[in-house]
Amino acid sequence: MTPNLHLWLIPVLPLVGAAINGLFGRRFSRQTVVAIALGFSGTAFAVALWVATQASFLPVLENLAPWIRAGDFQVDFAFYLDQLSLVMLLIVTGVGFLIHIYSVGYMWEEAGFYRFFAYLNLFMFFMLTLVLGSNYLVMFIGWEGVGLASYLLIGFWFTKDSAASAGKKAFIVNRIGDFGFLIALFLMIKHFGSLNFVQVFRIVSGLPAEVAGAGLLTSIGLLLMVGAAGKSAQIPLYVWLPDAMEGPTPVSALIHAATMVTAGVYMVARSHAIFDRAPQALMVVAIIGTLTALFAATIGICQTDIKKVLAYSTISQLGYMFMACGVAAYSAGIFHLMTHAFFKGLLFLAAGSVIHAVGGEQDMRRMGGLRHHIPWTFWTMTAGTFAIAGFPPFAGFFSKDAILWRAYSSPYGSWVYWAIGVFTAFLTSFYMFRLWFLTFFGEYRGEVATSHEDEHSHAGAPASHGHGGIHESPKIMLVPLVILAVLSVCGGWVGIERFDKFLSPTFHAGATGYSAEELSASTPAPQPKEQGGSEALFTGISVVAAALGLFLAWLLYYRRPQLPQEIAKALGGFYEAVVHKYYVDEIYAAVFVKPLIDGSTRVLWQGIDRDVIDATLDNSAEGAREVSDAVRHMQSGNLRSYAGWIAAGAAVLIAYMIWMGTR
Amino acid sequence: MVPLSYYLVLSGILFACGVAGFLIKRNIITIFMSIELMLNGVNLSFVAFAAQWHALSGQVFVFFVMVVAAAESAVGLAIVIAVYRTRGTLNVDQVDLLKL
Repeated sequence: MTPNLHLWLIPVLPLVGAAINGLFGRRFSRQTVVAIALGFSGTAFAVALWVATQASFLPVLENLAPWIRAGDFQVDFAFYLDQLSLVMLLIVTGVGFLIHIYSVGYMWEEAGFYRFFAYLNLFMFFMLTLVLGSNYLVMFIGWEGVGLASYLLIGFWFTKDSAASAGKKAFIVNRIGDFGFLIALFLMIKHFGSLNFVQVFRIVSGLPAEVAGAGLLTSIGLLLMVGAAGKSAQIPLYVWLPDAMEGPTPVSALIHAATMVTAGVYMVARSHAIFDRAPQALMVVAIIGTLTALFAATIGICQTDIKKVLAYSTISQLGYMFMACGVAAYSAGIFHLMTHAFFKGLLFLAAGSVIHAVGGEQDMRRMGGLRHHIPWTFWTMTAGTFAIAGFPPFAGFFSKDAILWRAYSSPYGSWVYWAIGVFTAFLTSFYMFRLWFLTFFGEYRGEVATSHEDEHSHAGAPASHGHGGIHESPKIMLVPLVILAVLSVCGGWVGIERFDKFLSPTFHAGATGYSAEELSASTPAPQPKEQGGSEALFTGISVVAAALGLFLAWLLYYRRPQLPQEIAKALGGFYEAVVHKYYVDEIYAAVFVKPLIDGSTRVLWQGIDRDVIDATLDNSAEGAREVSDAVRHMQSGNLRSYAGWIAAGAAVLIAYMIWMGTR
Repeated sequence: MVPLSYYLVLSGILFACGVAGFLIKRNIITIFMSIELMLNGVNLSFVAFAAQWHALSGQVFVFFVMVVAAAESAVGLAIVIAVYRTRGTLNVDQVDLLKL
């Protein structure tokens, strides 16, 4: 007998917190706001931990209320917990709770303190709904909700123009992805008559091969991927994520690194039954992931804003996750999702701590030599940097290695994915250590701290950052850093084998209602390529790539800091292109945004709305007015003129009748 | 016997005189009298037709018209007196308040 896990509590608790803080927070003291926000998100984490102890009962389906009933089609408010959603649940509540704690310190001086925590809790609610939903529609509620929360939090400093536009950009670009997601849902309703994960996957796995291969599953898979590309910032919809760094740093850590942007990976992994049977769609996922990983990493090399580097790094790491999903190594993708949540959350929080320390400055060219001033931040960030670069025994090493190995050895894999992956790992290591060296080593290149007053006001960074010289952050910010640093070091020790085994009920059998034999019968299962010794070799190569990145960064940014400029000069136009992010924003502006604005302005507004719709109404009103204006002079009040009109009318009538009579 | 057309022409002349008087005259009393003239022009054509076709209904209709005209002149003259008392004139061109 399955115990009642009360899954609904987990999302609802943050929602209650958001409601209380959002409605009444203005009148509360900061301490009360903190108590409510941390209390509710912390309780949600506690419930999630308790649920995790009941893992032997998975999967659990919790039906809360009926929602849509239309003929045979039905959608319920229902939560579904299996190993995959459990992992996501723990990441979201755990990392989310840590970032809540951190935000208390980071946002303390902000005017909209209560507003920030209300949004943050609201985000937790939607993210947990997304993760726990038992059908695509409940997932979609969460999907849209996190987009809303993301919009609100990116535009948290809404008086700043760039923040408001960045929020809009994120929201609009995500709409494009959601469009694809929605069409995929419609296709499922039309062809499968259900949105329920279990039912859909059972139908999909039961489809005969000629139907499955006939494009339906491929189109559903590709459309889902469009949605995932929007939410998880993949080519071609990644452009919103770097701009989203306008939001407060804890937001970047929580939403734009650890949780929300991984929703796309979660969705693809959740829909693995569809992708398993649509190899073309799977290949597209892998190619998009691989290209994004490489593309974003090259841009990351030339960024000078500490948060922008991390943003492009996030895009690149998400690319890795999609690469893993694309070669059907879902557990490796989720593994990397987890370790990435630890180390990238850590890196963002540490970057926030650095920004805090130097008074709101985000440009790495004006940092340097900070390691003695902020040792805690330095050491935790070091852990994060080594983790993302993929040095053993840090967490990133295990997950990235698992992805790279699967990218080569999986039946869907190819050495091309692997090669690009390794090169990207080298780039990752290089730009992360570049950030590390620029920030913490060498001489301090910023101005004296007292002159920061005007700078951070235009940067919109927290007002607290102006006081004093370079200083370490308060303890409440350091505690989450340390915890995440420990996780970044140890998080990977679980090992991919154990992780794989833990997730196998989700990815192989049971949960989706078909057994492994059926799967192997319906899809050709090519033998894995040679194992054993080569895996160790591949691991060695990726470690060497990471070390090479470290060495190069050390050489260029520590040993001979004048060298980068010379290299930049030598590369000329290519360097320019990379600095300007390959002009992608400019191209999008020219190809999509400008025609859209021009078309709306000239055709829809000035052409159709003003010259057709408005003109029709205006002219008919004007005509009526002019006719009335002419006619109203007939009502003069003069009795004899009325009589004249009557007589004239009668005369006309008589004349008409005579004319009719004589015809 | 006088032919029907004579009566009708006379009736038309009377009616036209009434219309002309109505349109030209400014004094309300005169206009009032013009209306009576038009009514009687029509009455004449009624009785002429009645005599021609030996039908009684035309004659009866004329009595109706006379009764209504009597009632109308009673009311109308009362209005004329009321207008004269309030406006101090019987010139219709000066009684033109009912307008835009």
